[in-house]
Amino acid sequence: MSVSSHVQPLKTYFGIFGALMILTALTVGAAFINLGPANNFVALAIAVLKSTLVILYFMHVKGNTKLVPVIILSGVFFLFILFLLLAADYGTRGWLGVPGR
Amino acid sequence: MSEDSPGLAHHFDSYEQQKDSATLGMWTFLVTEILFFGGLFAAYGLYRTSYPAAFRAGSHELDITLGCFNTVVLIASSLTMALAVRGGQTGRGKLASVLLVLTMVLGTVFLVVKGFEYHDKFVHHHIPGPSFHFEGPESNHVQMFFVLYFAMTGLHALHMIIGILLVGYVAKRAWSGAYTPQNYNFLEGTGLYWHFVDLVWIFLFPLLYLIGRH
Repeated sequence: MSVSSHVQPLKTYFGIFGALMILTALTVGAAFINLGPANNFVALAIAVLKSTLVILYFMHVKGNTKLVPVIILSGVFFLFILFLLLAADYGTRGWLGVPGR
Repeated sequence: MSEDSPGLAHHFDSYEQQKDSATLGMWTFLVTEILFFGGLFAAYGLYRTSYPAAFRAGSHELDITLGCFNTVVLIASSLTMALAVRGGQTGRGKLASVLLVLTMVLGTVFLVVKGFEYHDKFVHHHIPGPSFHFEGPESNHVQMFFVLYFAMTGLHALHMIIGILLVGYVAKRAWSGAYTPQNYNFLEGTGLYWHFVDLVWIFLFPLLYLIGRH
């Protein structure tokens, strides 16, 4: 009958909020600097970092049952299959020179 | 629900098992949501690589200040939501309820700002369809950007509306003391949903607003 989950200290929540704010400012700032193709990479890397913070702390995946990360990663895995096969299809369509492709 | 353990459904052995099941169920739903939005992100990736110049031109029509403001509002609403769940977790239902109402207010602010942005697009004939008009080259491909812009932000806004209604229901229940430290699973699940909506925006904001700004 014990309380099943541990309570995160308040400073964790405010700390994560602060980190998310800083990362938002960074992503906007980085967009105005010309980094060439790296601009996209930086924007996505910051978005992935931000979402990881939200998932781990706001969504309590850290300190939760280990089955939750497995479920999340399986979803991400299938998302990559979607992106990969789509890219493989459209990326190679010009190679054969089939009319109308 | 038995006498000595209120809030524990009879098919669970312990509160812990009950909470783990609820969390797992919610995450399974959220994974289907990730793949649901994933289809749109895939379409976005495909068209953006096909027409990079048009996507840059389309993106420059969006108001970066409003986008930025909404990002801050949504992250703040995620904080109030996380604090509300913590309130439920520590048995402070009234505090949780107030924080949930604050979350609803922030969510509504987001939608109102989004409404003004949509209105601006309407005035400038940037709504895809017969009356779409764009000064400049590749007008058709810019239209494709706006199709994706409205599909993605529209679906996101729909999730926000559902989320606000859900949070309202949970706020009412929290006020009347429905959640205990042993069982606040519905509150936690609603929190997970709200944070998920925030996650989608974390990706939408740079992908739609911040293309080629330098």
